[in-house]
Amino acid sequence: MAPQGPRRGAGRAGPRGTEGGDAVNGPTLHDCRQVFAEELAALAREDPRVVAVCNDSVGSGNLTAFREEFPDRLINVGIAEQNMVGVGAGLANGGMVPFVSGAGPFLTGRALEQIKADVAYSRRKVVLCGHSPGLAYGQLGPTHHSVEDLSWLRAVADLTVVVPTDREQTRAAVRWAYAAEGPSYLRIPRFTVPDVVPAGSPFAPGAALTLREGVDLTILAIGSLVPRALAAAGELAAEGISARVLNTPFVHPLDEAAVLRAAAETGALVVAEEATLSGGLGAAVAALTGQRHPVPLRLLGVSGFAPTGDPAFLLDHFGLGVEDVKRAAREVLAMAAARTPAPAV
Amino acid sequence: MLTADPPAAARYRALRQEVRAGHAERARETLRKMSAEIRLKIVEMIAGARMGHLGGDLSVTDILVTLYGGVLDLDPERPEAPGRDRLILSKGHSAAALYATLARCGYFPGAELGTFLAPLSPLGGHPDRRKVPGVESNTGPLGHGLPVGVGCALAARLRGAPWRTFVVLGDGELQEGSNWEAAMAAGHHRLTSLTAVVDRNRLQQGARTEETNALEPLAAKWEAFGWEVRRADGHDHAALLGAFAPAAAGRPVVVLADTVKGKGLSFAEDRAEWHHKVPDAGQVALARAELKEATR
Repeated sequence: MAPQGPRRGAGRAGPRGTEGGDAVNGPTLHDCRQVFAEELAALAREDPRVVAVCNDSVGSGNLTAFREEFPDRLINVGIAEQNMVGVGAGLANGGMVPFVSGAGPFLTGRALEQIKADVAYSRRKVVLCGHSPGLAYGQLGPTHHSVEDLSWLRAVADLTVVVPTDREQTRAAVRWAYAAEGPSYLRIPRFTVPDVVPAGSPFAPGAALTLREGVDLTILAIGSLVPRALAAAGELAAEGISARVLNTPFVHPLDEAAVLRAAAETGALVVAEEATLSGGLGAAVAALTGQRHPVPLRLLGVSGFAPTGDPAFLLDHFGLGVEDVKRAAREVLAMAAARTPAPAV
Repeated sequence: MLTADPPAAARYRALRQEVRAGHAERARETLRKMSAEIRLKIVEMIAGARMGHLGGDLSVTDILVTLYGGVLDLDPERPEAPGRDRLILSKGHSAAALYATLARCGYFPGAELGTFLAPLSPLGGHPDRRKVPGVESNTGPLGHGLPVGVGCALAARLRGAPWRTFVVLGDGELQEGSNWEAAMAAGHHRLTSLTAVVDRNRLQQGARTEETNALEPLAAKWEAFGWEVRRADGHDHAALLGAFAPAAAGRPVVVLADTVKGKGLSFAEDRAEWHHKVPDAGQVALARAELKEATR
């Protein structure tokens, strides 16, 4: 076992520690929120239709510089998320390209019906940007966690749901959403993360990324779980287990071909995400493979309301550490080897 | 997606020209007849479908007719023209009134109204802009139209465009908090191009608004949120035309239009049960007689 297990790394170098990196030096960590803000400002310079709409979250959404450069194009509706999303739909009606930003839990939970009716069903191109997603708000508790967002929004027709992992994908996600025809939801990572996605990687629905080749099983991961999945795969290799790491930033629509290929080629799957198990990526993969190509499967995610703790603690609490990913990998391999139905959990 | 009916659009343009020509009495007469025609269509649609929201359709008819007939700058043959005026029917359950009005304006052939609520008809119980040209936003759940209207008005300001945005609201709908989020934002931004129209028929689904969750003092509420409040008889086309004049006080405008639910049908007026009751054959015959009389 490598020495940099997540539990041990939890207290180091920022809220998520340096999990997945070198135990001594750690990987270089970067702030995706900064990249989001830079990319949005770059788009605004290129296209006068680009506007930002926020719910008092100028600071936490990293929009301060945007406001200084484009004072008229930062619309702060105050603490009013339902109005915020409706305003976004109206701006799109009026020919603008609105990036509607708010903390994930309030943007998606408070304004879910507006997202459904005004944006998706009305087919208005609004880019919904959920900040501080997943367990990022840590100690602030379940009211402030945004782990249900993927379940809620996957259920809304005609809305693309995107979970970027690092700077490369955050930049790509903003660009993709800007150019896309329809509306989308982007989860903007809050805490500093290592760069794990190669520069210039394709970023589009149907373009899942194989971040590590492997033949014995596939670990599907998104967002904060990607560095952990890569770390787990590296450590599994030392045990003689060859784990593929597949990243599907498009949670909806899912790259079904890539998932089915992984199931067929490696014969076992682990899915890891910082989201509820009831309807996120794992549920999508389970529904797909269960009907089209059943293979041994383990889903790692969040279930139940979180106790008090910082984000790194909470990820470990919910079994989303490197060791947990490795354990799940060994379990699906054992199930595959036994060729018997999955044992009761 | 339905497509335009050019001859109907031409008739609509002629009607609008007549209304705008400046002869007040002729304008009122033209709009009164258009309202009666539309009411008749609504009754036929609902009787045919055996379903609908008759009471609210009939209370909002004169508001829609006045807006389309005399106020809005629209081209039914170019429903997505960037500079068009916007009308958002926030009370989406009055879809039949909107459909009948849009068809009269030539957005799609009037024959289509006969498919109202039939399987696979583009004309469902609540309007869908993917299927029906002229629909600006898909409404149905209440409290959605005004925030969208605020966004439309902000877009006009950002683009330096002169279009106006109208949002037609039910009165019971004002119990939804999202309206007041939007009202606050419109007042704060002094969105003079935005006009909210409240179909104040004083009835919601099951009872009077004031018995359910009182709205009064309604004018004071809007004033407190920074709006210019106007009051009008919601069945008097000339009064409505006046109330829909551009903002005069540097603030968004709300028109509190006093209306009667079920207006035009003697047996349905101001009765809560006609929120979504379907007329029987005898009532349809009576409605036809009363509305035909009104078209004269």
